[in-house]
Amino acid sequence: MMILNTRVRLKDHWLEQRIFLRRTLGLTALIAVSMLFVIGRLFELQVLNFEHFSDLSRGNRIRIEPLPPTRGLIFDRNGKVLAENLPSYQLAITPEEVPDMDDTMGRLAEFGFVEEGQLPRIRELLRKKRRFEAVPVSYRLSDDEVARFSVQRHRFPGVDIRARLTRYYPLGPSAVHAVGYVGGISEREMQHLDFAAYAGTTHMGKVGVELEYEHLLHGSVGHRQVKVNAQGRRLDELTSETKDPVPGQDLYLSLDIEAQQAAEKALEGRRGAVVALDPNNGDVLVFASTPSFDPNPFGAGLSVDSYQALQTDPDKPLFNRALRGQYPPGSTIKPMIALAGLDYGALMPGHRVYCPGYFTLPNNPHRFRDWRKQGHGLVDLHESIVRSCDVYFYQLALVLGIDRMHDFMSRLGFGHLTGIDIPGEKSGLMPSREWKRGAFAAPADQVWFPGETVITGIGQGFTLSTPLQLAHATAILASRGQRYEPRLVTAVRNSITGDITELPPVNMDPLKVASEELWDQIQTSMSEVVHAPNGTARRIAQDAAYRIAGKTGTAQVFTVAQADEYDETQVEERLRHHALFIAYAPAEQPRIALAVIVENGGSGSRSAAPVARAVLDSFINDDNARLAKQ
Amino acid sequence: MILEELQHSRPRRSLSMAARILRDLNLDGPLLIALLALGLMGMFALYSAGGRNDDLVMRQGLRLGLGLLTMLVAAQIPPRFYRMWAPWIFLGGMLLLALVLFSGDTGKGAQRWLDVKLFRFQPSEIMKLAVPLVAAWYLHDRPLPPTFGPVAVLTLVIIMPTLMIAVQPDLGTALLIASSGAFVILLAGLQLRVIAGLGLAGLALAWIFIKDYQLQRLRIFLNPESDPLGSGYHIIQSKIALGSGGLFGKGWLNGSQAQGKFLPEGSTDFIFAVTGEEFGLLGLLLILALYLFLVGRGLVIAVQAQGTFSRLLAGSISLTFFVYVFVNTGMVTGLLPVVGIPLPLMSYGGTSMVTLMAGFGILMAIQGHRKLLAH
Repeated sequence: MMILNTRVRLKDHWLEQRIFLRRTLGLTALIAVSMLFVIGRLFELQVLNFEHFSDLSRGNRIRIEPLPPTRGLIFDRNGKVLAENLPSYQLAITPEEVPDMDDTMGRLAEFGFVEEGQLPRIRELLRKKRRFEAVPVSYRLSDDEVARFSVQRHRFPGVDIRARLTRYYPLGPSAVHAVGYVGGISEREMQHLDFAAYAGTTHMGKVGVELEYEHLLHGSVGHRQVKVNAQGRRLDELTSETKDPVPGQDLYLSLDIEAQQAAEKALEGRRGAVVALDPNNGDVLVFASTPSFDPNPFGAGLSVDSYQALQTDPDKPLFNRALRGQYPPGSTIKPMIALAGLDYGALMPGHRVYCPGYFTLPNNPHRFRDWRKQGHGLVDLHESIVRSCDVYFYQLALVLGIDRMHDFMSRLGFGHLTGIDIPGEKSGLMPSREWKRGAFAAPADQVWFPGETVITGIGQGFTLSTPLQLAHATAILASRGQRYEPRLVTAVRNSITGDITELPPVNMDPLKVASEELWDQIQTSMSEVVHAPNGTARRIAQDAAYRIAGKTGTAQVFTVAQADEYDETQVEERLRHHALFIAYAPAEQPRIALAVIVENGGSGSRSAAPVARAVLDSFINDDNARLAKQ
Repeated sequence: MILEELQHSRPRRSLSMAARILRDLNLDGPLLIALLALGLMGMFALYSAGGRNDDLVMRQGLRLGLGLLTMLVAAQIPPRFYRMWAPWIFLGGMLLLALVLFSGDTGKGAQRWLDVKLFRFQPSEIMKLAVPLVAAWYLHDRPLPPTFGPVAVLTLVIIMPTLMIAVQPDLGTALLIASSGAFVILLAGLQLRVIAGLGLAGLALAWIFIKDYQLQRLRIFLNPESDPLGSGYHIIQSKIALGSGGLFGKGWLNGSQAQGKFLPEGSTDFIFAVTGEEFGLLGLLLILALYLFLVGRGLVIAVQAQGTFSRLLAGSISLTFFVYVFVNTGMVTGLLPVVGIPLPLMSYGGTSMVTLMAGFGILMAIQGHRKLLAH
């Protein structure tokens, strides 16, 4: 038999029942109190405030009007306005006040206030929005249209003209590929948006800074309640219910619009790009891609024809070459390959190569040509950078091997996104054995050939980089290994308080090489490219008030057959070589590093280097003025 | 037919016959009458709120029929079986919940999974009954009031499914499930000071961990009218509908807020407002009285129930039903934040109807089988 410990509790049914009853009664009291609250509330609504609500429901209704926030402004580094807001007139429909939507739409088209072709889109838009929300059907009415509608207004209940601020880019096509633009919110975007936060807002950022910083630029929506009669006429505003919108934040960009426009002017009439960075913090000083386009019509509602024209233009003005154009970097990567050679100890000091004008691999008749048919003779590393000897780099590439080249160039950012703060960046391509195995389907194509290593040494073959990446790598050379993520937005201004918050530069791990002297060596060679009498870019040194370090490059667009010669005058414009140039200045204390590409420009020294000089002059001038002011 | 006979109060003979049929079927007359009355009124309101859509009403009628059938079946099962099955029902429900949680993408995962399988219920519906069942089962042979250990275990058992449903996200159902479990513990006699202590500890934790932006969100949550472009729009329109209904209402099919489609979700979560606009305060009081009657009858059944399990279960089911009604009416009148809980038996929407009726079936089983066991 078990002896029960007195501490063991037994079930006491009598006690349990008593507790249960007590608790039930307590909860019943709680139920009664809660119900009294509900009934009291109903009494308040249905008896005490009956008149008020009855009024509201019978004809006189409350209309909730969203008060869209003012979009933040965008400035360049000197405070010049790149994007602002100007008043304009819109035509808007409030669905819940329109007695017969089809009839109204038909007559709007008939009187010419809406394009017939836009009707299906507007219907779809109306279906998506809440009934009380005014939907704009026409964005920028002319004064004449405003006048004509005002006369007809009584025939269109629920349709109203309203003044709105719309986005305006005072510099038109300038810097559009960095700043981006706003456009009407599309159906697809509407599905991802917070309806309430965008109530009353018709436009949003589509590309560039306008898109990336949408969350800061947009601001937050306000609202007010307005009493209106059955015809939608405003009777009274319930001011106590008004919540003011909070305007979006203003953004300061790192762009120097003077230098930007100098770049655009220098590239005028050509397809190309210029990206300039501050090597000391990653600030994007210039971000140009030509031809460009005027972003203002996008906000006003671009007609289908104009958009088609932009899209089918063979020069592709909509294409952001600086961010998404992928080109073979050509000889511009020679200083970097040279640095790799020195860093890995693949080169003896003073090592020389004889350049006969071509290079061959053992047991292979294929001739890898030098751009200079007669060759450069006996050259060392320094000379082969200054005079851009290909044969030296063919051999250096072979000594380094593709794997080491791939590793080192990856550290300079090739094949990787730079992380710039606008969306859509392309990563280019720095080839490797591993990449080739994955990139091709046929096993025969997956093998890496020595010839491919050879041409990688002069930035040809599979290698592709964007102008942004090239500028980024140049900035790393200029700053002796300091690496920063390129960035366009440097400060945010609170549009209410005016407080400016500076954003710190985004630091990446520095690039370390075997010895600091290697930087000196490469930098000296690069400034000799411009300032030595035999440098390939000597022409742009003329009258320069400061020293420039640079490197020319010419990238093949198509391959010339072994037996043929490339003669620029005989080649169709679109098949000419791309002209490239990288540079930084002043050579001793770099403040700007840039990359220029001129599509089908022929040679780097002739068409790309002068563009660089124009940009450098403009920026250094402007920067000196800025420093003097401080 | 049964109903007609009861309502017309025919000669005593047929009344007693109807009562006999009810008793044989283990059905509780008062509960049944109130349920049918509410279901019918719901269909009238639905016809008006749905824009005179016969189809909508037919489907709702079908659901009500299915619900009644479920109730009839549930009423035949003796409570001791429910007790035996409770842990298994709970485990099965948890399994399904986990499946919903980990299959497909989160967010709409729950719905999609069930769509694909053509299931007509959500696993969270099972949990609405499984949680009070398992809680009552767990406590039924333990000495009450429960000590710290069992309460801790039980709290965990309740919190697990609650969280899993809350992340779906279905806050309304999570709230109902948590309260159904909490009611069992409360009715079992957990000391009030322990409850107060737990509440204070919870508040303190929340105070420590809450972030500024969460507080802001909470503020909007508690006061939706500060956000009339978002959830506040419902409340503003709902208040206009109720208020303009006045004492007597505008009459059936005459509510301008509902007919003009100004009131969103008039046939689902906001059907109470439609009813209030068309039938006025008096109509609403009648409906509230019927709901209170159902809750009261359920509590009477609980008090009379034999055995801890039956008592706790019946109590929890009745009280949770009240939470349904209170949260919905509180939301529609703007007393409580907007939580997506439909008005039971009246709102359009099928999944909860069957569960609700199964719950009433269990109440009837507890009541009906009691007499048989009395000897």
